[in-house]
Amino acid sequence: MASIDYPLERPEAAPREFSFSESLYKWVATVDHKRLGLMYMVSALVFLVIAGIMASVMRLQLAVPNNHLVGPATFNRLFTMHGTTMVFLVGMPIVAGMANYLVPLMIGARDMAFPRLNAFGFWIFLFGGVLLYYSYLGGSGLSGAGSAPDVGWFAYAPLTEKAFSHGASTDFWALGVLVSGFGSIASAINVIATCVSLRCPGMTLARMPVFVWVMLVDAWLVLVVLPPLSAAQIMLLLDRFLGAHFFDTQFGGSAVLWQHMFWIFGHPEVYILIFPAFGTLSEVIPIFARKPIFGRPAMVGAVVAIGFISLGVWAHHMFAIGMTSWSNTFFAAASMLVGVPTGIKIFNWTATMYGGKIRFAVSMMFCCGFLLQFLVAGLTGIMLAIAPFDWQLHDSYFVVAHFHFTLIGGLVFGVFAGIYYWFPKVTGKMLSETLGKWHFWLFCIGFNLTFIPLHFAGMLGMPRRIYTYAAGRGWESWNTIATIGVFFQIAGIACFAWNVIQSVRSGKAAGDDPWDAWTLEWATTSPPPEYNFEKLPVVRSSRPLWDLKHPQDPDWKYD
Amino acid sequence: MLALAALAWLQSPTPALTEHRIANIFKPLASPAESEYQIALFSFVITGAIFVAVAGLIIYTMVRFRRRRDDDTRQEPPQVYGSNQIEAAWTVIPILIVFVLIGVTARVVASVENASPPASTVKLTLIGHQWWWEVQYPDFGVVTANEIHVPVSRDGAHTATYLQLESVDVIHSFWVPQLSGKTDLIPNRDNFLWIDPREPGVYLGNCAEYCGTQHANMLLRVIAEERSDFERWAAEQRRPAEQDGQIGEARATFESLSCVNCHTVKGTAAAGKFGPDLTHLMSRQTLGAGVLANTGANLRAWVNDPQQSKPGCFMPSMKLTDRELDQVVAYLQTLK
Repeated sequence: MASIDYPLERPEAAPREFSFSESLYKWVATVDHKRLGLMYMVSALVFLVIAGIMASVMRLQLAVPNNHLVGPATFNRLFTMHGTTMVFLVGMPIVAGMANYLVPLMIGARDMAFPRLNAFGFWIFLFGGVLLYYSYLGGSGLSGAGSAPDVGWFAYAPLTEKAFSHGASTDFWALGVLVSGFGSIASAINVIATCVSLRCPGMTLARMPVFVWVMLVDAWLVLVVLPPLSAAQIMLLLDRFLGAHFFDTQFGGSAVLWQHMFWIFGHPEVYILIFPAFGTLSEVIPIFARKPIFGRPAMVGAVVAIGFISLGVWAHHMFAIGMTSWSNTFFAAASMLVGVPTGIKIFNWTATMYGGKIRFAVSMMFCCGFLLQFLVAGLTGIMLAIAPFDWQLHDSYFVVAHFHFTLIGGLVFGVFAGIYYWFPKVTGKMLSETLGKWHFWLFCIGFNLTFIPLHFAGMLGMPRRIYTYAAGRGWESWNTIATIGVFFQIAGIACFAWNVIQSVRSGKAAGDDPWDAWTLEWATTSPPPEYNFEKLPVVRSSRPLWDLKHPQDPDWKYD
Repeated sequence: MLALAALAWLQSPTPALTEHRIANIFKPLASPAESEYQIALFSFVITGAIFVAVAGLIIYTMVRFRRRRDDDTRQEPPQVYGSNQIEAAWTVIPILIVFVLIGVTARVVASVENASPPASTVKLTLIGHQWWWEVQYPDFGVVTANEIHVPVSRDGAHTATYLQLESVDVIHSFWVPQLSGKTDLIPNRDNFLWIDPREPGVYLGNCAEYCGTQHANMLLRVIAEERSDFERWAAEQRRPAEQDGQIGEARATFESLSCVNCHTVKGTAAAGKFGPDLTHLMSRQTLGAGVLANTGANLRAWVNDPQQSKPGCFMPSMKLTDRELDQVVAYLQTLK
């Protein structure tokens, strides 16, 4: 097949220096998928630090019983803002950011399908985030009550109704999350359109990298499940401003309706959040094990299956609302079934490593941490899916430990693996492996030290979202250990931040393909030019660079 | 003789009940918690076995297939793309395990949710308020707060207590881990739960659904006692407050203050419904839904300014003068 020739502008021979206002303008007015992707990632990391500081304050508060570091009102705002930030302002922009940066590069495209929609998505997301945080200043409203929202990230009705939540704090929550959701929907539409229409010649769906497949399924999920949340938030705003009674139980509204609408979004949401990590592992493990991903069709099928099944499990968050035994059993069964495709993924990643020559670069170490920790998270997830066991564990610290194992032990470890892997491509500089190892070990030890003990606190009856507790209930030591772990995590993150700053300033030059990798993003320069590829690549298999590097044994012979 | 013995028994102070402060779900003392404990153990066995097998495989792979110093980096390992047989195996085996788990889950769900009440049943209504529990025993004409008295269940005399769960404001959740898992108290919806404690004792629990500022201090006690003790307690609680002539002035002060707008003391002018019923306040172990032990000093501190020990709760400091405070506390202490 002949490659398509475009008339190309050559890059300027010596890029001139830009003044601050010029480069600011370049960033603010950009429609380049790479710059937008980077801005998504940087905003996510900034919000990660903010929400991480909030978590640290909460852990300090809970380190000892009867602590008075922060009062109940402050604490409730902290966990509301921590949860909301982590889900909507860290997890979601990571999804959008990774998809934005990598999908066009991996499918050999010059940009996303709708570059201006892409810019709109980023800025509306950022606006939503700023709006949410503005509540600290403006949340008191005319009635002088409250500041930031204190209704939990799940914002259960009727606690969010005017009767129980005065002032404007809950409105900031609903509006901030609503508009940042528009950004996620815009980005999802863009990813789907890009995957469908901008694949380079020869890149059939079957040859699309697993990462791109995962992000495609992810985008579909966002498109299907975010609108119910937006609808629920609009209904809540109607309740609060126009006297509607959707969730207003004092006028016959339904508290359970909110839960259905929230969790039909909320449960698929956790898969939406974890998928970028799934995609990352599917790219990183093969490169460092030097083997193709084991069972490619099954890996893609498993992601599609998780996407489908995840739409039918939401009420496992509601086992305690007094559903019939049939409903409880149905949602328990559906939830456990998710374990099957998830298991396939873990087995196939392991099988990819099996028989390889594993190079433990920092990126690969994060992948291994992911595998073991996500295994724990999956198994505690099975326990929670068993409805009668969940009646005990629900809303206890066991659940807190479980989902932090999925979202830190899984997602955050996966994202770090991705950052260490793709940082050279994005900046043209290598991250330091020595600092990276410090980062990995400190963070890994700290994370486990924090979250393993919380399982036990939960099994001893410690409920979530309490700002303090009395001595003598068996929770003190677990909580103290958990708080000690936070210091290790902070030290790990400090190593990471220092590593990034050092490497951007004076890191080793990366070259185009530092990992000897096989997908298209490594075929262009580091960092890639604005147009990504001078000539659109033509591919014949799922590992185009392998084919180039091994002309005597190309993949397309086996496809 | 028998009557004498009974009288002596009646007069002897009730032996203090064991307080189960550590609400370990693995030390269940009632049937629902017991079923949940059994299925928890079952799930530990299965997930534990999976963990050992899979984590073992991952660690073995990491160690066995690490790159060695003397490896030729130019030589790639054999490129294996997949294996239908192996993949089929690790799809089918988990499906089988999941089906076993679903079957066991269905059975336990039905046994807890669809259990039919035994003949001797106590019924009560538990009503969630922002940040305390109202407890009504319609069959006994008793209204109390924050401490649920139930009869203990004995072999041969199986007794269960049925709780109808309601809420007047937001969602709360009943959770006394050693007796039962959670069921939510949801406004506009009646939920049910049953417990049958097997040992006398005081069982601690918490509100388990975030319900606003003082969610943390919405504590709950279940006091399980012998049937006869329970019935004696219920009879005591049914009585209106005693009119102690000695403290008529203190009582007048109490009734003249706005306490009566929110609290009820049966047989007096106090008939408020917003706060806990105080008719037999001194028979309770704690104040402020478990935030303080019910002692004289704590009672005085609580009445003086509840915001000190439970910031954000709906009982304001009434700014009583010392004299008013003394009288109110003295009066409350007669509410035995």
